[in-house]
Amino acid sequence: MAETPLLALRGLSIAFGGLRAVQDVSLDVRAGTLSALIGPNGAGKTTLFALMSGFLKPDAGQVLFDGQDITGRAPHLNARAGMTRTFQIVQPFAAQTVRENIAVGAHLHEPRRAAALAQAEQVAQQVGLAAQLDKPAGDLTVAGRKRLELARALATRPRLLLLDEVLAGLNPQEIAEMIPVVRRIAEGGVTVLMIEHVMQAVMNLAEHVWVLAQGQLIASGTPAEVTADERVIEAYLGHGAAARLQAANA
Amino acid sequence: MRRDLALVAAFALAIAALTWVLDSGVWLNFVMMTLYAALLAQAWNLLGGYGGQFSFGHALFFGCGAYVQAVAQLQGGLDAWFALALAVVVAAAVGLFVGALTFRYGLKGSYFALVTLAFAEVFRILAVSVEFTGGGVGLMLPLRESAANLQFGSRKGYIALVLGFVVAALLVTTWLRHSRFGAQLQAVRDNEDAARAVGVDPMRTKLGAITLSAAFMGAAGAFYLQVFQYIDPGIAFGPHVSVEALVGAIVGGMGTLWGPLLGAAVLHLLADLTRNLFGQLPGLNMVIYGVVLVLIVMFLPRGLAGMGRSLRELWKRRDG
Repeated sequence: MAETPLLALRGLSIAFGGLRAVQDVSLDVRAGTLSALIGPNGAGKTTLFALMSGFLKPDAGQVLFDGQDITGRAPHLNARAGMTRTFQIVQPFAAQTVRENIAVGAHLHEPRRAAALAQAEQVAQQVGLAAQLDKPAGDLTVAGRKRLELARALATRPRLLLLDEVLAGLNPQEIAEMIPVVRRIAEGGVTVLMIEHVMQAVMNLAEHVWVLAQGQLIASGTPAEVTADERVIEAYLGHGAAARLQAANA
Repeated sequence: MRRDLALVAAFALAIAALTWVLDSGVWLNFVMMTLYAALLAQAWNLLGGYGGQFSFGHALFFGCGAYVQAVAQLQGGLDAWFALALAVVVAAAVGLFVGALTFRYGLKGSYFALVTLAFAEVFRILAVSVEFTGGGVGLMLPLRESAANLQFGSRKGYIALVLGFVVAALLVTTWLRHSRFGAQLQAVRDNEDAARAVGVDPMRTKLGAITLSAAFMGAAGAFYLQVFQYIDPGIAFGPHVSVEALVGAIVGGMGTLWGPLLGAAVLHLLADLTRNLFGQLPGLNMVIYGVVLVLIVMFLPRGLAGMGRSLRELWKRRDG
């Protein structure tokens, strides 16, 4: 008997009007892994995240968390059970300080205010925000906001962290700084599934990669395997691209 | 937290001392009405300022409090103090009910404002139409002056009562600022989806806020009845009280501890001043009042409590 995957999707589908955003997606995320979901723009990655975390209800299929059916369960209940997502478009509580922002996450398991604020400080150190604890969140740079997004989610002490493009919009140096942060989180025992466009990060971090194109899973494997896959290359570069690349390399 | 509590205590003592030494009826009346307006604004601030849910019909809870206070004494034969407790509880329950209906369907922003306004109007029409509220004539509380009946011979007694409510509202606000519930409420206000993602139940936090807010409005309604001993549907559920509550909070500073109090005081002072100075030219006082209101909203988006910061930013923008 194989171990129960921490997160399992079974035949998940959703359509918006005539647009079939996610079609029959099934995948297993094993506990303790760091994996990635990639795919061209509009492939349905963020929609898939919304389906997993309960922000959207699927038309068909199931989401199992730790073996339990949580399909369509409200996001706050999923967060309580240990699954927290971040947003691609960062969503800080702009009027509040960085410390207060992170404390909202810490409050999930910590009713006392002082303790939650203290935990916020620890988490801020983990993601490199310690120097900016008392700044209003609205004053942070893009890189700072991405870190805040990560910190707030991390403060909920998740078992599964769904990271939606935490590296998008960062410059190469900021990306290089952020990669070890994500790696340390995974090494700390948190299972991480990330949506990422920055291939440098995917190649560096992920043990396993799923590729989504036009709402369907088209490939899955190690980063090296999927980047060599013809279907993946065609999904990114267009029909016939794989053959042309081979011809060029030959 | 300690600092806030110390300031609240200092405020309560200062008002008590002021009331003790004042013996001009005009000034006592001014203090009482300002505290009453502050209570309305503070109640609105709990939901509007900290919860980000802009109600345009807070008179609904005010009217429920006032009518329960009246009906419980006149028809129920209840003791005035017991009626007061009941008024607060019923107003809170109405708040919970309205909240459950509106938040369940995710009503926000102008939709929430319109629905609360509609609720207040429905109750106003109901109060005109049914028997036990006295219909359009309203209800009159017979004069029976004694502290046991919550009817005081001097304004000082009423000031003590309303000061008690204002301090209670300040304490609840202080608690909001330093508690998990308050942090979650402000998170929902600033970004509901982000709050949900980190485990905040938006329904529960908003319901808590509207219930608290409605309870204080109910207390204000009951207080109003005891002071003026008369209530009718227009006073109880009309837009005047709703507007007074939200303008006080917005002018003073939403989501701040002292803003609503400050807003209520400044607006009252302004209204009284313009009335006294320009009373011989009817309407001019309202024009000036309106202009000042517009200026405050335009140049002080954080209200009077955030005046320093707003002015610094204006200054910086001019330099830059």
